[in-house]
Amino acid sequence: MLYREAGQFKSSYAADQQIFPIRQDRIAVGAVLVFAFIVVPLTADQYWLSAILVPFLIFSLAAIGLNLLTGYAGQLSLGTAAFMAVGAFAAYNFLLRVPGMPVLVAFVLAGACAALVGILFGLPSLRIKGFYLAVATLAAQFFIVWALTKFGWFSNYSSSGVINAQKIEILGYRFDSPLSKYLLTLSIVAVLALAAKNMVRGTVGRSWMAVRDMDVAAEVIGFPMLRTKLSAFAVSSFYCGVAGALYAFCYLGTVEPEGFNLDLSFRILFMIILGGVGSILGSFLGAAFIVLFPIFLNSVAGPLEHAIGVKLPAGLMSNLELMIFGALIILFLIVEPHGLARLWQIGKEKLRLWPFPH
Amino acid sequence: MMRALKSALAGVAMLGFAASAQAQNEQFIPMAGYWVGPYAAGGSGIYGGFIDYLDMVNARDGGVGGVKLTYEKCETEYNNARGVECYERLKKKGPTGASVFHPLSTGITYSLIDKATADKIPIISMGYGRTDASDGRYFPYIFPLVTNYWSQNTAKIKFIGQREGGMDKLKGKKIVNIYHDSAYGKETIPVLDAQAKKYGFAVTHIAVPHPGNEQGSQWLQIRQIRPDWVILRGWGVMNPTALKAAAKVGFPRDKMIGVWWSGAEEDTIPAGDAAKGYIAAGFNVAGENYPVVQDIKKHVYAKGKGEMEDKSRIGSIYYNRGVVHGIITVEAIRKAQEKYGKKPLTPEQVRWGIENLNIDEARLKALGATGFMQALKVSCLDHEGGGAVKFQQWDGTKWKVITDWIQPDRELVRPMIEQSAAAYGKEKNIAPRDCSKES
Amino acid sequence: MAFFFEVLIGGLLSGVMYSLVALGFVLIYKASGVFNFAQGAMVFFAAMAFVVLLQDHGVNFWIAFALALGMMILLGLATEKFVLRPLVNQPQITLFMATIGLTFFIEGLAQLLGGANVRGLDIGIQDEPIAAIANATGINVSRFDLAAAGVAAVLVTSLALFFSRTRIGRALRAVADDHQAALAVGIPLHQIWGIVWAVAGFVALVAGMLWGARNGVQFALTFVALKALPVLILGGFESIPGAILGGLIIGAAEKLAEVYLGPFVGGGIEGWFPYVLALLFLLVRPEGLFGEKHIDRV
Repeated sequence: MLYREAGQFKSSYAADQQIFPIRQDRIAVGAVLVFAFIVVPLTADQYWLSAILVPFLIFSLAAIGLNLLTGYAGQLSLGTAAFMAVGAFAAYNFLLRVPGMPVLVAFVLAGACAALVGILFGLPSLRIKGFYLAVATLAAQFFIVWALTKFGWFSNYSSSGVINAQKIEILGYRFDSPLSKYLLTLSIVAVLALAAKNMVRGTVGRSWMAVRDMDVAAEVIGFPMLRTKLSAFAVSSFYCGVAGALYAFCYLGTVEPEGFNLDLSFRILFMIILGGVGSILGSFLGAAFIVLFPIFLNSVAGPLEHAIGVKLPAGLMSNLELMIFGALIILFLIVEPHGLARLWQIGKEKLRLWPFPH
Repeated sequence: MMRALKSALAGVAMLGFAASAQAQNEQFIPMAGYWVGPYAAGGSGIYGGFIDYLDMVNARDGGVGGVKLTYEKCETEYNNARGVECYERLKKKGPTGASVFHPLSTGITYSLIDKATADKIPIISMGYGRTDASDGRYFPYIFPLVTNYWSQNTAKIKFIGQREGGMDKLKGKKIVNIYHDSAYGKETIPVLDAQAKKYGFAVTHIAVPHPGNEQGSQWLQIRQIRPDWVILRGWGVMNPTALKAAAKVGFPRDKMIGVWWSGAEEDTIPAGDAAKGYIAAGFNVAGENYPVVQDIKKHVYAKGKGEMEDKSRIGSIYYNRGVVHGIITVEAIRKAQEKYGKKPLTPEQVRWGIENLNIDEARLKALGATGFMQALKVSCLDHEGGGAVKFQQWDGTKWKVITDWIQPDRELVRPMIEQSAAAYGKEKNIAPRDCSKES
Repeated sequence: MAFFFEVLIGGLLSGVMYSLVALGFVLIYKASGVFNFAQGAMVFFAAMAFVVLLQDHGVNFWIAFALALGMMILLGLATEKFVLRPLVNQPQITLFMATIGLTFFIEGLAQLLGGANVRGLDIGIQDEPIAAIANATGINVSRFDLAAAGVAAVLVTSLALFFSRTRIGRALRAVADDHQAALAVGIPLHQIWGIVWAVAGFVALVAGMLWGARNGVQFALTFVALKALPVLILGGFESIPGAILGGLIIGAAEKLAEVYLGPFVGGGIEGWFPYVLALLFLLVRPEGLFGEKHIDRV
């Protein structure tokens, strides 16, 4: 009833091919954007802005990056965090070494650097696939973190290898309050997410999906393997690189290479598995879950102890968190391989028929 | 979903709040530590001692100046992002906000420097964190109290000099610095290089990749170098592995000197016999025969309370370090109460207390901590306060103190700190405070 | 030159330890085509279960071994039943991701069981140089590493015999070759998979005890298991001799690289060197040293 596309006629190809062809979707996206840009800044407190919403948005962006590669192009990567590290350190160095470099340009260049590194480590994908490729991306994960630690130039020879992100200033306005950082992150993420949504519906995205579904067949019908696979690595790494730069500049402020470890890569992988492999919306849902769930568990622990009057063993919640994550991954793969995004879709189907299901 | 979770979180927060809302005469101290993960031994021990000390002060004295001390734990897993989340979550808790943060991680400390300075919340990074924060002019809110890495490193070289029979005997000696390949591990490289130049010994830095549970090739290199001394700068599982690897290549353990993050029972016991004779620096000592530890046993554990599940860890190195954290936090609040009155204090007021902290031997005696920790005098210029370390040797079952407090080489360290802090100030556009105007 | 040999021998012997972990991967891959990322977590869990029984409950060494083995078998059977059976016929990459989930689950479980501190494990063999060899040649060879190599040799031989001489072994090879044909001739598929997971659990326990005795039982053990991945790539996923040879190559190469190349680039390179080596190798020979060549048909 509420969600019905009957009666929405398309009279031009442009209308038929737009990013969100259904009117209700457009309204929903618009509403979400209005909510995020206007309602949230008016209501959220500092804790929500700087400790939850900003990391949520950044991880969503990284998850979109990984999803483009794994979900759309079918190439599994375990090196997401390393590409984020490239972005973070590249943005720092551009701002440090090029006088008068605008921050946003530095972010874009940081993404480009990550894309180059991504192409380099994506080259083996032309020969190998599946978990062989996963091991190849592990090489990227370990090598990049090592190189950033080892060569002092990357961290401007700071004795500890830690970099301090510069202040963000765009057109004379300084982004240093949590709210302004949130709005900056939100704008970048919104633009890139819409771009991703646009990309996966176009030629590039369709060629990725063809390779994912059957690479030999895709090659036979004329998709150039080299360009398709490497473009997936490049675009994915670009997203991860920008996410890494935001992680350093809008979230933590100081980062060290060791912070971008394998564990972070796994977390981002979990986001797309839980959220939905091959879905932009899923990237957001998965990121929200992975960011919020540990905080939720952690903050119920104290009050729970109060309530039941028994001291919980130290670390119980964190170990439970690992176990629940693991179990959920397995559960989702078995029951709902398309993740939370699929649940959303089922919900839409239901809405379409509501209130008169057959 | 987010809003549902938000209300759930809010509900949970209310629950916690309701429990503490009855009395507002409270001073809140956040406990952002770690009880799981690769470094949990340090986190659980230190926060155990810390919390037990606060409980003891509440039980014995009814708090500080009649103000009850409260706390809330938050698990950081030694992870920077989680640490920042804990900071944001806890900073506004309690009637006056979070008194002081102890991040217990060099990485989290780095991440919080800007945020805490903006929020005017002090951070104590006792025996870790940013060394150059010892220059309080550039880092008004950061306190690497008691001693920092550079100081302890110079004290170590002094100790080696003592063992060799004089600092002039260091000439031509070979020292290997085997370090955890991270921000923490790399921190002492410049000061060691400076000292090598000053005293004429050769130093080789050997990196161990994280997490450090495989050191075969590093120790083969050490065997080839045949150094006179090895400085171990490890953390977590790297330490017992290093001791075992040393045994494997036959390097004498009593020529190995660890930093205080490499010198706890949790580091030596897993190595078994391989740890015997190993020496480590420490700014606190092990043992429970100190009145302050006995008081904790009497007022906390005798009543069936207490943080430690494993009672045998009471009096261990990490536990006692936690007690030192407790003593310093409580003394800072006490000092601040002298100026601002016996009521819950804001973080800014606690910061003043830390900066004007002066724990002399008489005060240590009153606290029941003579010999347990060193006397400490903090000032606007000097956010370190102490700087001395004691050396302890593992005899196979426990740590035995083998030296008195050994002072650092301040003439070498202080200029390096000031130079580094000034560079930081320049990078960040921070003008130094004028310490003569601080009161 | 003696130093070179010492590095080489040390590397080869630690390579044997990698092989031991890699063996567990190969067993499961051979039988069910699953790349079991959780093998490392299983090694950690097995070692932890053993240590907890031995130290916290004061159980006798061999009883603890038997109980830990029992737990590993149960874990293996449960994995087969609750994780892999519902996912049968899914793409390999899905199965792989499921085992990553399993990894986290087992890691949490192991730490819930035994806490996060490093626990020492003494199995009665000292990790010290053998004096006789050191005196004669100047080369240090660790008694412990030699014993570990012996254990690995025994394990590999008995597994090889098990697979070639017994009925179950033959059935297993049939399953590995073609699930459906095996099912058609009446081989009980689930039973065979159960057995394989149990054997993998046993291998994990042995590897866990040896690694635990060498480096202490702690979360970081799971990192060691990651090193088994390049070993597998070198050796091929389906080959037991490949796992052994791959382990030896990786072990020796990473130690030699660290000692001879490391100083030029600042050291610490053994964290990534095996992966890059495996990566380069993949480009030349994607199926590994002993792996089977697959031809894709459309």
